[in-house]
Amino acid sequence: MQGSVGYNLGFAAAVCLACAVVVSSAAVALADRQDRNALLDKQKNVLLALGLAEEDEALSEADILERFAPIDLVVIELESGQVDAGVDASLYDQRAASVDPVTSDLAPDNAAGVSSVPHYALVYELRDDAGRFEGVVLPVEGLGLWGTLYGFVSLESDLRTVRGLTFYEHKETPGLGGEVDNPRWKALWPGRLAFDDSLAPAITVIKGTAGSVTDAPYEVDGLSGATITSRGVTNLVQFWLGSDGFGRYLERLRGER
Amino acid sequence: MSKSRDALIDPLFNNNPIALQVLGICSALAVTTKMDTALVMSVAVVFVLLFSNLFVSLLRHQIPTNIRIIVQLTIIASLVIVVDQVLKAYLFEISKQLSVFVGLIITNCIIMGRAEAYAMQNPPSMSVIDGIGNGLGYGVILAGTAVLRELFGSGSLFGAQVFALASEGGWYIPNGLMVLSPGAFFIIGFFIWAIRAWKPDQIEKD
Repeated sequence: MQGSVGYNLGFAAAVCLACAVVVSSAAVALADRQDRNALLDKQKNVLLALGLAEEDEALSEADILERFAPIDLVVIELESGQVDAGVDASLYDQRAASVDPVTSDLAPDNAAGVSSVPHYALVYELRDDAGRFEGVVLPVEGLGLWGTLYGFVSLESDLRTVRGLTFYEHKETPGLGGEVDNPRWKALWPGRLAFDDSLAPAITVIKGTAGSVTDAPYEVDGLSGATITSRGVTNLVQFWLGSDGFGRYLERLRGER
Repeated sequence: MSKSRDALIDPLFNNNPIALQVLGICSALAVTTKMDTALVMSVAVVFVLLFSNLFVSLLRHQIPTNIRIIVQLTIIASLVIVVDQVLKAYLFEISKQLSVFVGLIITNCIIMGRAEAYAMQNPPSMSVIDGIGNGLGYGVILAGTAVLRELFGSGSLFGAQVFALASEGGWYIPNGLMVLSPGAFFIIGFFIWAIRAWKPDQIEKD
């Protein structure tokens, strides 16, 4: 009978059931396409970090795959810096691995707000036709103001100079911290030195204007109105370039050269 | 026939959800820096309004009065999630730019407002027309705002450069106010002014 508690409960349950069926079928039916979009977006960001794609360039799936051809996906063990061929790089999900206690370790106290570091990390090595090492893209993440920023830092073949930086996911305020996406700001990074002479991570987002690459090789302009985001970017880049992040791996690559 | 035409046409200017009812302002500020996001957002809102009005109207005699708001919201939320999923699958770039604002269609007062004020009292066919009309009314203001904001804020339309920017050797210095939310407030304010000057009966009595 309409108006009774039983009717209300029954009606609510029926509506919920119907809606749940609609929502879950949409999610399941579209999952493949969404996953592919997310993967392509990630690959495009790797290309952006390497300077192999322009910011507003319209890239088809084929373009991205073609430009991705000289890039090797390599899974490395962070603690030793060695390549681990036992992990399938194309299937490895670093985001999932870094929150699973079985496949990650608690991070030491750090300013970047990284709580756990995965045992294995996926890096992208760029090689020319002869197989010579030309650059590397490292995944980075850390806290900004509102949430975690996910992005890539890429280094030149000297493993000291920044080749590019890009964020593919963040929750910063549009127009303020969200300016980490601004191509003009990102263009300030290439050419600056990520490491000082003793090979400690040195690049810093400062408050104010840093000047040219020769004047301020270790400094990048701050984002105005976004002190916490700017600080977050410094912290996360330094954390992942340091010994708790990709330090061992970069050391090994330098040794091989 | 004229009644259904009124339901479709009225929300465009006579009873515009943004300009007269002053609903849905939040998203109107957020997604109108560019034409393509504004249009995709408008289409999404038309879709959600159409189907939420349809389902609420179909169930209007069955929905228990004391839980009607929750039922309406469940229907609206489900539709919005479907739209969000479709955008992520087929318009990934735009869905990234719209980000959270697609999800926030759930809280867009226009949709709840039409479900509660119209679809609960009217038959499905009229409710569908009312939904489309109000969605278009929202879209008209969004599109108008976005044209001005993108043209004067970035010198482009649909991403194609119309005015050559001074920073790239041209003559046009972009108006920074246009890309910020307050710029949208001014533009929507001017629209409301213009519509009320044209239709003085919309002016509120003191």
